[in-house]
Amino acid sequence: MTPSIAQTSLPADWRDLLALTKPGVVRLVVFTGLCGLLAAPVTLPPALGFTAILCIALGAGAAGALNQWYEADLDAKMRRTANRPLPARRMQPQTALHFGVGLAGFSVILMDLATNHLAAILLAISILFYVLIYTVWLKRRTAQNIVIGGAAGAFPPLIGWVAATGHVELLPVLLFAIIFLWTPPHFWALSLFVRSDYAAANVPMLPVVAGIEHTRLQIFLYSLALAVSAVAPYALGLTGLVYGLSAAVLSAIFVAMSAIVLANKAQAPGGMKPERRLFAFSILYLFALFALLVVDRWIAA
Amino acid sequence: MSPRPEEELVRRQRERARLMAWLLGAFVILLFLITIAKIGLNK
Repeated sequence: MTPSIAQTSLPADWRDLLALTKPGVVRLVVFTGLCGLLAAPVTLPPALGFTAILCIALGAGAAGALNQWYEADLDAKMRRTANRPLPARRMQPQTALHFGVGLAGFSVILMDLATNHLAAILLAISILFYVLIYTVWLKRRTAQNIVIGGAAGAFPPLIGWVAATGHVELLPVLLFAIIFLWTPPHFWALSLFVRSDYAAANVPMLPVVAGIEHTRLQIFLYSLALAVSAVAPYALGLTGLVYGLSAAVLSAIFVAMSAIVLANKAQAPGGMKPERRLFAFSILYLFALFALLVVDRWIAA
Repeated sequence: MSPRPEEELVRRQRERARLMAWLLGAFVILLFLITIAKIGLNK
């Protein structure tokens, strides 16, 4: 018996099922979803708020598992992902599929039970959007894949808000827009210094398809749009000065760092310090912006 | 020396069964708390 057959005929290790959910992504999704929930003017009982966030996390985990089920062939070609459970043949593809579909259904039903229909529908839409529209349809076809994928990642604060209030308003839609516009510069900065990996897997990442200079220009343009959307909640009178000032300062830094990226002429990953710095800052930016939004809303309440 | 396949099979099944038991127990408690919270909302 060869080791690979012996391994895949065993039931999957639960640690591999956990890895299938992309815990790093789930963490960010839990944070933004929680901020959407806490920023809403309605306070849910703790058990229901907890369940809403749990469902957002489970839904995101299900989407991650289905994404890995579909992309096992791609993941096998990239160093960063070659050791995931499916490309490393530690798990049957069927197990991943059943786990993902089961988790997705469970999360949507539980959300409906604990909160309201609209939140459950939005959760279902976000999972289907990530799996069908992003993973299956567009990721391998267009260099705008990250822009589309960003929309899926932008749902959690909206779902958190709707779980609390039962309806969609302007502020959570603006939170959606902020993450939607944040994702491309965040991810393209990363894809500049790990470019060779995507090229090996034939994924049409912007630097591969349109070139490094064009990617830097896109990063800068998106950072401008991001700055406008980040300041918009204050400009429209939906938040107080605490959020308004911090959004302005954080966004100014983001735009400045993107301008440095735009001015960078390096072609090799070794010379891409500005890109690495922008990528690192972009994570801090999103965390700080959403945390300060919640603080601002609490001061107002 | 690596464990024989049957031993590894039993070990994984036991591990998964134990985890499922904990998760089911947690789910029952969660449903109870959701129910209590919902009753509180409708008062």
